[in-house]
Amino acid sequence: MSGPAATSTGERSRASTQRAEPALPRLLAGIQPQGALTLDEHVAVHGPMPAAAGRGRRRDREQAATLIAEVARAGLLGHGGAAFPTATKMQAVAGARRRAIVLANGAEGEPASLKDRTLLESLPHLVLDGAILAAEAVGADEVIVCVCESAHEAHGSLSRALDERARGASGRAPALSLTTVPSHYVAGQESALVNYLSGGPAKPTFTPPMPFQQGVRRRPTLVNNVETLAHLALIARHGARWFRELGTPGQPGSALVTLSGAVAHPGVYEIEHGASLSSLIAAGGGSTARVRGALLGGYAGAWVAGELLNGVALSDEHLAPHGASLGAGVVLLLSEDACPVAETARLASWLAGQSARQCGPCVHGLDALASTLDELAAGSAGSRATQRIDRLASLVARRGACGHPDGALNPILSALHSFQAEFADHARHGLCEACARPGELPLPERPVTDARMRAAVSQR
Amino acid sequence: MSQRVRVNPIACEAHGMCAELLPERITLDEWGYPIVDETPLHGSEVAHAMRAARACPTLALLLERAGDERRR
Amino acid sequence: MTSYVLGAAGPSVYWYLTRSTGAVSLLLLTLAIVLGVVDVERWSTPRVPRFVLDSLHRNVSLLALAFLVVHILTSVLDSFASISIADALIPFIGSYRPFWLGLGAVAFDLILAVIATSLLRARMGFSTWRTVHWLVYASWPIALVHGFGTGSDASSTWLIALSVVCIAMVAVAVLTRVLVGWPENIRVRAAALIGTGVFGLFIALWLPSGPLGSEWARRSGTPASLLPHSATAKSSGGTR
Repeated sequence: MSGPAATSTGERSRASTQRAEPALPRLLAGIQPQGALTLDEHVAVHGPMPAAAGRGRRRDREQAATLIAEVARAGLLGHGGAAFPTATKMQAVAGARRRAIVLANGAEGEPASLKDRTLLESLPHLVLDGAILAAEAVGADEVIVCVCESAHEAHGSLSRALDERARGASGRAPALSLTTVPSHYVAGQESALVNYLSGGPAKPTFTPPMPFQQGVRRRPTLVNNVETLAHLALIARHGARWFRELGTPGQPGSALVTLSGAVAHPGVYEIEHGASLSSLIAAGGGSTARVRGALLGGYAGAWVAGELLNGVALSDEHLAPHGASLGAGVVLLLSEDACPVAETARLASWLAGQSARQCGPCVHGLDALASTLDELAAGSAGSRATQRIDRLASLVARRGACGHPDGALNPILSALHSFQAEFADHARHGLCEACARPGELPLPERPVTDARMRAAVSQR
Repeated sequence: MSQRVRVNPIACEAHGMCAELLPERITLDEWGYPIVDETPLHGSEVAHAMRAARACPTLALLLERAGDERRR
Repeated sequence: MTSYVLGAAGPSVYWYLTRSTGAVSLLLLTLAIVLGVVDVERWSTPRVPRFVLDSLHRNVSLLALAFLVVHILTSVLDSFASISIADALIPFIGSYRPFWLGLGAVAFDLILAVIATSLLRARMGFSTWRTVHWLVYASWPIALVHGFGTGSDASSTWLIALSVVCIAMVAVAVLTRVLVGWPENIRVRAAALIGTGVFGLFIALWLPSGPLGSEWARRSGTPASLLPHSATAKSSGGTR
């Protein structure tokens, strides 16, 4: 199952016909090198949005149930990193008594991921279609699109797209609005997003109650990644069978990945699940250096050693034996010029700094892990360092209110596993010459604060 | 209906009274935070668990039905 | 206590009970505050673990409430000054030293609120509970001033000694609470420090010229019919 990776943001694509082609590109069909597709262009590529499928009238309720059933048959999984079955989530929200609200999560706090802002920048109407359809299916009367406050182009694009829709006055019910959210790592976590939109800080909250039970303004809230909503928009048009014609039985359909690092043309690519990593790299113009290892999924993902990458296919079931998953779609290639020990130490410090600092085990555990890794890199950690890391890992796992500490363990433990030689070398000799070079992992300064960030909300 | 204890890690401020009152289920890590055994409680433990939950200064210790979904 | 005279002219047993339970309540309230600060500062020893001190704090507070209830009942039952139950719970409506008695009602209402919310704390958010709980820092000085203002034996040695001890304990407790962890939440801490200083100053200035001064009974609002008219009346014990 290794179809070729398709269209990057750099290529021009002809507008496809209304007939539903199973092949790639799907989400990225019609994408232009600059700017966003207008509403008309979007309709020319994908066809008009399917009829309203809302709660209320019996026919509408049946159609709503039909859409959720179709999404279930399609086997659509969330594209925010957790890969939770979308239909299950929608069912839970649809079944709630109070009127629901939909959050289109484009926060994308993952520094190595660009797919969500690319989607919002270039294909906003696809995301809006999906959000409106999801809202109608779960009986929500409001959709809030959340975009990272540093993604100015995406914000502008969405603003214009919302204007276009308002002018068009299609008569579709849900009220659409746009808001910016802080850019720190955990701000895009479901409960953090709900917390922020409810007037609190962009920090996770203790669950239960889960957002689908009680979220923004205590209403059942459907939080979906913007890519998931884009897929939903296409499933509603072309059906579950079409969706499943690509991908694997366990993970059907296509996905957006952000290819970066030691590759000729870094960017956002659309692949079918199960595509080989080599075909993706080839589509990206090939690697620019020998690859020491790849970080797959995101900063809560796992390192896979370079020598194993040739056989790797990009689906959760194929990556599981390597201790990895597709996660947020990040594929970051580390060149052999970089030092994986130093990169891991830097990443661990960054992840510790991105803690919301609400839970003791996360704060203390991640800080201790970061210092231990610094010592490992410098060769001053002593012989019991791996035992200390194992102990810290067990103290940290599942003891926070959110998945951040568990996620932070993944790159750390997988690095120790995948780069044993380099770690052993550092234990004996301390810093290597590659340690001093600038890091290849993007680790932007993103303070986690309680202060409310600028939240531009434009009502439609 | 079996019950279990669970800690709300955000509310928890490492006072440690829960570990004093329910040592069968709760031990403290090196930073003073509780490590909770969340398997269902035995009948005889429930009264102690209730007392521990009442004693928590920040009401971070919860007594709830075992088997409630705990997804993040 | 000077010798008491049985009969209508002297203080009844209820009067003694009111005074003594009032004094004990003040002491228990003081201990409750000290234990509360010990609790929040997480002091403990292996033989006295946290849950023991925490239980002690809760139990001493409940005991203080029990003594307060007796204090109020006996003051109502005491036939000397007509104090009704309502006067004891609703501030400033009484006829006997209305202001100073009323302060007692205020303090009692605050303590009731604190204890009620503590008994029901599982049903409210933590920060709501804590905000109400801090009212105890207001109730104590009010209770102290009430004690001085309503008492006719304010100049008695034992009461002054007891008050000094209680003031010292609360002062140490409050200073500990404010200074440990300084300068976090500096606005609240600074306000507490200033409030404590102001209150201390007030007590130092008011006591000598007020309750310990001359004719306090009249100045504090004792109904004229209850005031002693005899020039030979003793200054404590026999007089009201």
